[in-house]
Amino acid sequence: MNPALRNPIAIAFAAILLLILAGATFANVPETKQAVIVRFGQPQRVVNQYRPGQELGHTGAGLIARWPFLEQIRWIDKRILSMEMERQQVLSTDQLRLQVDAFARFRIVDPLRMYTTVKTEQALTDQLRPILGSALRNELGKRHFAELLSPERGQLMNNIRLALNRAAQQYGAEIVDVRIKQADLPEGTPLESAYQSMRTAREQEATSIRAQGYKQAQIIRAQADAEAARVYAAAFGKDPEFYDFYRAMQSYRTTFAGEGQAANEQGGGTSIVLSPENDYLREFRGRK
Amino acid sequence: MRAIFGWGARLSAMLNENKGGPWGPSGGDGGDGDGDGKGPRSPWGQPPRRRRPGGGTPSNIASLEDFLKKSRDRFGGGLPGSDGRPYWLYGLGVFLLLWLVFTSFHQVGAQDKGVVTLFGAYSRTVGPGINLTLPYPLEDLQHVNMQTRTLPIGSAGARDDDLVLTRDRNIIDVTYTVRWMVRDPQLYLYNLENPDDAIREVAKSAMRAVVANVSLNDAIGPGRGDIEARVALGMQQILDRYGAGVHIDGVAIKQSDPPAAVNEAFKKVTAALQDAQSDRNNAQAYAQQVIARAQGDAAAFDQIYAQYKLAPEVTRRRLYYETMEKVLSKVDKTIVESPGVTPYLPLPALRKRAQAQPQEGAAR
Repeated sequence: MNPALRNPIAIAFAAILLLILAGATFANVPETKQAVIVRFGQPQRVVNQYRPGQELGHTGAGLIARWPFLEQIRWIDKRILSMEMERQQVLSTDQLRLQVDAFARFRIVDPLRMYTTVKTEQALTDQLRPILGSALRNELGKRHFAELLSPERGQLMNNIRLALNRAAQQYGAEIVDVRIKQADLPEGTPLESAYQSMRTAREQEATSIRAQGYKQAQIIRAQADAEAARVYAAAFGKDPEFYDFYRAMQSYRTTFAGEGQAANEQGGGTSIVLSPENDYLREFRGRK
Repeated sequence: MRAIFGWGARLSAMLNENKGGPWGPSGGDGGDGDGDGKGPRSPWGQPPRRRRPGGGTPSNIASLEDFLKKSRDRFGGGLPGSDGRPYWLYGLGVFLLLWLVFTSFHQVGAQDKGVVTLFGAYSRTVGPGINLTLPYPLEDLQHVNMQTRTLPIGSAGARDDDLVLTRDRNIIDVTYTVRWMVRDPQLYLYNLENPDDAIREVAKSAMRAVVANVSLNDAIGPGRGDIEARVALGMQQILDRYGAGVHIDGVAIKQSDPPAAVNEAFKKVTAALQDAQSDRNNAQAYAQQVIARAQGDAAAFDQIYAQYKLAPEVTRRRLYYETMEKVLSKVDKTIVESPGVTPYLPLPALRKRAQAQPQEGAAR
C-alpha cells in the first residue's frame, strides 16, 4: 500500500500548500473588471482592458496566471460608472438663477494611466466632480434662461461633455454622457415669484373665462329675442289691423278680467262707468 | 461574497444529505444557508484541513477512527472499506461527486434567464429549465429576472424633488412609474455599474427634458400621453447608448398637478369654468322659453286668423262680445244714461268696496 495514503495529514498539508500556490498564481478576471498586474508596485500589464465594440465572450476576461507573490492584481471597474454632481447654482445671461443637478457617466478606458494617476475609482470621481461643476457653470452661464430649461436641444450638453472629457482623458477615463437630472428655481424669492406669476396667470384666466361665459349668455339671449320677434312679425304681419284688434281683446281680458293671472283678485276691484254711447251698449238702447 | 455564500449553501446541503446516507435521494436544492449548525456532523462534510491543528496526536486519530467505525456501521459494511483503503478517501470521493452534481445542474425559473461564465468570462446565456454547466470553479451561473418591473418616481406629497419646470416657466409636480424589463441579461449584468439607479436617473433626466419643452396646460392636461411616449423613447435611446441591455416598456404619469402652493388659484379657474357654463345654461333656458312662447302665440294667431279670413265681420263681432262679456261680468259696472246730466258718483262707496275686496282675498 502506498505509504502516502497512510498519512493523510501530510497529504492534506501538501494539498493546502498547493491550493495556496494555485490561488496566488491563477485568478479569474470577471467581465466587469479590468486587472492591472503590479510587480513590486510597478504596473506591468493590463488584462481585460476595455476596447470599444468588444463582444462579450471575446474579451480578455477569464483565467489568468501571474508570478505568485511577486505580482499583485489591482482591480479596476470596467463598467460604466456614475458620478453625481452636487447641486450647482447657475446664473444665466439675463441674470436669472437656476439650481441644477447633473450626473455624468464614464468608463475607465486606460486602466494603466488611471492606476498611475489616481489609483482608485473613488479618487477619480473626486477629481472629476469639481471639473464637471465648473464646466457646467461655464457653459450654462453663457446662455439665456429659456435655453437653460432645455439644454438638450442644442450643442450645450455636448460642449460640457467634451470639456469634461478633456480632463478625464488625463486620468484614463472617457465620459460617456452628461445629463441634467433636475433644474429648479432656487428657494426663496425666485420660487415665490414664479408661484406668484402662476397664480396671477390663473386668476386672469378665471376672469376671462367668466367674461366669455357672460358674453356667450348675452348673445344666446339676444338671438332668442330676435328669433321670437321674427316669428311674431311673420305671423302678425299678415294683417296688422286684425292683429291690433285681436291683441286688444287679449289685453282687455288680462287687465280687466284678470285672465292669465294666477288666482289674483278677480277684476282687481275695477269699476267701469259706461256711457250708453258705448259700442257694447248699442243694442242696449234699443235703437236701430 | 456570492461564491462564499454558495459554498456554505452547498456544504450544508451535503450535510443534510448525509443524514440519510451518502446516496440519499436529492430533494432538489436543499441548501438555504442555515443548515450549517444543525444536524449531526459527519466527517465528509468537513474539509480535511479541519484536522490539521491537532494533527498526529493519538486522541485525534482515535476520534477519527471512531467516526469511521460509526459510519461503517451506518453503511452496513457492504460498501467500501472492505479492501482496506482509508475511509476518508471515499468521503472525499462522495464529497466531490455531490459537489459535481450540485454545481453542474442549475434550475432556471420560468421568468429567469441564466448567464454562464467560464473562469469569469462570459460564455453563454441559457433559458428556463434545467441547465448543465461545468462544476463551480470552472463555470458559474447567475440568475437574471426577465419579468417586467415597475419603478415609481416622485411621491404624492409635493416634495421639492418632484417639481419640474415647464417651457413657460411654470412648475408642475409629476408622479410617474417606469415599466422596464431586462432585454439582454449579459449586458444588464456587465455594462453598467448600477443599472437600477441608472434607470431612475435617466428617467428623471428624460422627464425633465420633455416637460421643459411643453407648456403648463399641455403638461397637466391633454399632453400627458404625448409626454409619456416621448419620455419612454428618450429613456430607451439613452440606455441603448449605455448598452444597458434594458427595454423600457412604458412610462405612466400617475399625476401631474400644479404645486400645492398655487393650487388655490387653479381651483378658481375650475370655479370660473363652472360659472360660465351655468351662465350659458341659463341663457339657453331663457332662449328656449322665449322662442317657444313666440311660436305658440304665432300659431294661435294663425288659427284665429284663418277663421277670421272666412268670415271677417262675424268673427270680429263675436270676439268683441265674448271679450266684453268676460270683462264686464267680473267688474262693477255703472251705466250713466243721460249725457246731459253730470253724474254723481258715490266715490266713498266705491272705495269701501275696493277695501273690502283685498281683505276677502286675504281671508281666502
